[in-house]
Formats: sequence, C-alpha cells, structure tokens
Amino acid sequence: MSEVTALSYTCCSGNRQPLNNPTDIITLSTENPSASHEATSSAEASSVGLVAAKSHKFCEALPLACGRVLQDYTLVYETYGELNADKSNAVLICHALSGHHHAAGRHSPEDKHPGWWDHYIGPGKPIDTNTFFVVALNNLGGCHGSTGPAAINPATDKPWGPDFPALRVRDWVHSQARLADVLGIEQWAAVIGGSLGGMQAMRWSLEYPERLRHCVVIASALKLSAQNIAFNETARQAIISDPDFCGGRYLEEGKLPRGGLAVARMIGHITYLSDDGLAHKFGRELRSGSFQQGTGEEVEFQIQSYLRYQGDRFSSSFDPNTYILMTRALDYFDLAREYEDDPVAAFTHARCRFLLISFTSDWRFAPGRSREIADALIHANQSVSYAEIESAMGHDAFLLPNRRYEGVFRAYMQRVAAEQAAGLHR
Amino acid sequence: MRIDLNAIQAWIAPGSRVLDLGCGDGELLEQLGKKKGVTGYGLEIDPEQITRCVQRGVNVVEQNLDTGLTNFADASFDTVVMTQALQTLRHPHLVVREMLRVGRDCIITFPNFGQWKARWHLTFSGQMPVSDLLPFEWYDTPNIHFCTFRDFEVLCRQNDWTILHREVVSESKLGVTLKDFLPNLFGETAIYHLTR
Repeated sequence: MSEVTALSYTCCSGNRQPLNNPTDIITLSTENPSASHEATSSAEASSVGLVAAKSHKFCEALPLACGRVLQDYTLVYETYGELNADKSNAVLICHALSGHHHAAGRHSPEDKHPGWWDHYIGPGKPIDTNTFFVVALNNLGGCHGSTGPAAINPATDKPWGPDFPALRVRDWVHSQARLADVLGIEQWAAVIGGSLGGMQAMRWSLEYPERLRHCVVIASALKLSAQNIAFNETARQAIISDPDFCGGRYLEEGKLPRGGLAVARMIGHITYLSDDGLAHKFGRELRSGSFQQGTGEEVEFQIQSYLRYQGDRFSSSFDPNTYILMTRALDYFDLAREYEDDPVAAFTHARCRFLLISFTSDWRFAPGRSREIADALIHANQSVSYAEIESAMGHDAFLLPNRRYEGVFRAYMQRVAAEQAAGLHR
Repeated sequence: MRIDLNAIQAWIAPGSRVLDLGCGDGELLEQLGKKKGVTGYGLEIDPEQITRCVQRGVNVVEQNLDTGLTNFADASFDTVVMTQALQTLRHPHLVVREMLRVGRDCIITFPNFGQWKARWHLTFSGQMPVSDLLPFEWYDTPNIHFCTFRDFEVLCRQNDWTILHREVVSESKLGVTLKDFLPNLFGETAIYHLTR
C-alpha cells in the first residue's frame, strides 16, 4: 500500500517534480554504499528512458459501486515498450495507495529519480519492455492528473472535494477496462499489482476473467485485517482533525491540511517498514543534540527527522481527499464479499494463472495473507505459484531491489512471454 | 530424469490431480503434465528450486512440510507424491499420515539406509556413511531421519497403511542384479505406493 517512499508529484499541476524515491531508503539503509551505487547504475543502463504521460477523456458515463455515476472523467497513463501486431503482449500495472502512472523512466533528463517501479520495469528487467507493452495509469480518484477530488466538478465549477464519489477497487478495474478498450487491448498478457494494486489485479481476474491470462499479486490480501483498518482510520483522523481540512473543502477555502496529511503519512510510513529495518537504518542515532547531563540540550533522533521529512514531502505533493478516498477503498475491499464470503467460490470464476509473492518482514500485508490467497486458489483448482521472499524491508520490499524477488518475478514473466511466442494465448 | 521419478509415473493415473511434496525443480510435475495430462502443485522451500519450477511453468507453492498440510482439504488430491524428502522431515510419520488424508493414495521414495554400502561403511569405518547419493556429514545433513525398507514397512503395518505397490531401484550393476533377491541389502532407493 505504500509507494510511499516511491515518488510523489506536485498534485494536479502540469509541472510534475519527482520528490522522493525508493533509492532514498536504500542509500540510507545500506551499509555498503558502493553496492547500492552499482545497483543504481545498472538500473540506468536498463531504463525505459524518457517517457511522457498521456491522457484520455472518457465521455461515456461510468456507473460506480456506490450507486452514483461519473458522467465523464480523465485517466492519465504512461506506456513503455511496443504493442505487438496482435496486441497480445500488453501488461497492466495497478498502483498502490499513493502511486500513479509514472512507474518507470524519467520525464526529463534532469529528473533526479525515475518512476516508482523502475527497478522492475524496463529492458531486461522482470517486466521486460523488450517483450511487453506496459500500461501504467493513475487511478480514478487520484491526484496526479486523473479525475479526482481535486478536479473541478462540472456541476458546480468548484473542486469536487468531499463530494467526489466514494470509489471501490471494482470501480478502478472497470475504468481500467475502458482504458484497455481505448488502447485496443482485448486481453492483457498479465495484470500486475502490489498491495492495493494486487487487490485490483485479483478483482480483474473475477470481473473480466477472459481479459487476462496472468495475474501477479504482490504483498497483498483478500481483505484488510482490523489492525490494518485501524491504521488507516488513524491516518484519516489525522487529516480530518486538521483545522485546515475545512470539511474537505480546503481548496475552496484556499487552505491545505498539510500537518494532518504529514502525520497520516508518517503513520503509514512506519507500518510499511519493519522493526528490524528501522533499527538497522536509524537505530537510536541522533541527528542533533546530546544527552550530556547538565546541558538541557534538545535532542532529535534520526528517525524523527526522517519521518518528518517523509511527511512534509508527501503533504506538499498529495491531495488529502485522495488519501482518504484511497484508504477507504482499501478498507472496503473484500474479494469474496459477493461470493458468500467464500474466496474459493470467488476464485472459481477466474480463468488466468496466478503468481503470488510476499515478504517475510512485511507485517502490514504479512505472508499469511498471501498464503490465504494461495490456499483459496488451490482449493478452487486454479494455477498458482507462491514465493515468500526473505527481506528486512517490510511492506516496502515490493518496490525495492531484491535478488530473489527479481529472479522469481523474471522467471514468471519470461514464461508469460514464452507462451505468447509459442502462440499458446490464442 | 532421476530413476525413482521414472518409476513413479506408471502409478499415476492420466488426468489426475497430484500434490508433490518437496518437488525440487518441478521435473516430475512437468513430465506428468506433458505425458499424462496431470495437474497439480509442488511444495518446496528452496528458493532456487522454486524459481526453476516457475521457469518450467510448474505450479509451486513455498511451504515447509514440517508445518504440516493443514491448509489442504481431505481427499483434495488423487495422489500425493514425496520423493527423497521423507528422511529430511521432523516428523516423517505425521507427514505420511497427512499425505493419506489429503490424497486418495500416496507415493513415497526414500534412500535405503539398510543398503550394503551403508552397513559396510558403518561396520568397518565406524563412521556415518557418506556417499554420492547422501553426500553430507552427520552434523550438516538435511537427512535427519534415515530408515531402511524394513523400518518403513513396520511403520506401514503399525498404522494400517496398505502397500499397493513396492519397488526397489538401484543404479549400480550389482544392485540391479541383486535388488529383487535381497532388496533391503541391495536396493538403493525404495518406492512405495500406499493407500489408507
């Protein structure tokens, strides 16, 4: 659900400035700076290079799960690689809580950081753009160019704010299917997502079983636990209780509940990392001050400074209403709700093959949650492979370099490509 | 293909649903899929092997057999296979019991610790046997529960497991000649086909 640390852009402005990136974490955490440097330079060599966002305005009304209808909306997306002649090599990337369409490459040579999943998308990378045509979009309700709460409501000529319809994961999936129609993609070679993105990928397998051949679900869950919802609610309350929130109409009032959003992000951020990861990265190191007796000096731990930095960056680049909307969609998701709460019954509708991946130190979307998905798929007699990757990076591991994760992901995608080359998809 | 994998294939019905415990690189499931239209899953804990399975397009699930098979329903598979993993388990007898709960029948292969070479080694050198098939020292071996053919059959009797088929394989010339005559002395690998 993080992406966190993955980038953030200036909200809804044409001038997108990448602010932060997973490599920050690596640089901070690694004991061996040269190793991280090597990883970075090899990533450069296999980058998709310069990319530009595209957008499409949809004028056909979209009925939503909440009962309301969105008359028209825009989706912003990027594509990497070439769509082949029979349009069989397309891969959809579904983003997590704070993600967006800029998944790989750079918008300009001056960009300090590439897209949020650049480690995994590019020539020769697990999602190999020499083979696949990759589509990454900013979901509806987002704040990076797709229609969301910060956009203008045509009925009032004011920002939608809190009046923007509540969205569910299925609404994103339906809007993504329309984007596929626009791009002429009848069937995805694979729909791939981590965290909240994995929930979208699973929903795809049930809503449009004929429209994907493979479903890759990374660090995700069939539904959130009470503890997980609790974290999201605390984050939302931090935003809502900021006096500048103005009942969600802060844009009309010319305000921004930055403090609240920063705290929300800090809470989220802690949960995306592991205890060991934080201890390794920061320990009890001080950024300033000392415990010298008799000095009364103010002390700041490195972790305090780091969290505040993350919170500040995020709060200047993300729309608070979008954060509320996205966390609610995450809370409400329950794959099997309409299948009498039986995930096995749900998955009997799927027609694709599945790859599931989890990370040992991820406590927000723990390996046990992925095993529940695997068990349900096995009971439903579906094709599934599951790998539990050793990592100390917590939930964020799905965004970060990891040799084993890359290896198994690559092997799976090569298989997808080989099937396609053999014409097995027809 | 490993000799025991070859022999197993004859006992697996075409089109059946198979669970392969400790599936290694997925070779058996791949062959069964190609030759007999078998579907199923392998369970494995070795990261490299899991990646190889994925490369082959074999369904593989990362799961430690020592934690049991409680996530699998009763009789949800036709056959549960376990090749050369029995001796690595913390509780071999409990896993076999689980195999027979999850599958209608099960096939188990394991190295025979009663084979003459092992006996010879232990008798004359006074040390634990180290061989091509079992190349580990006693302190770092993953093989923690060795048994002989006879030991295994005693376990089957005690648990009322029915032995449907039994085969003994050997790759050495001497073993091939003598294994039918004195299996517990000359057989290298045992293959048992059990049912409840």
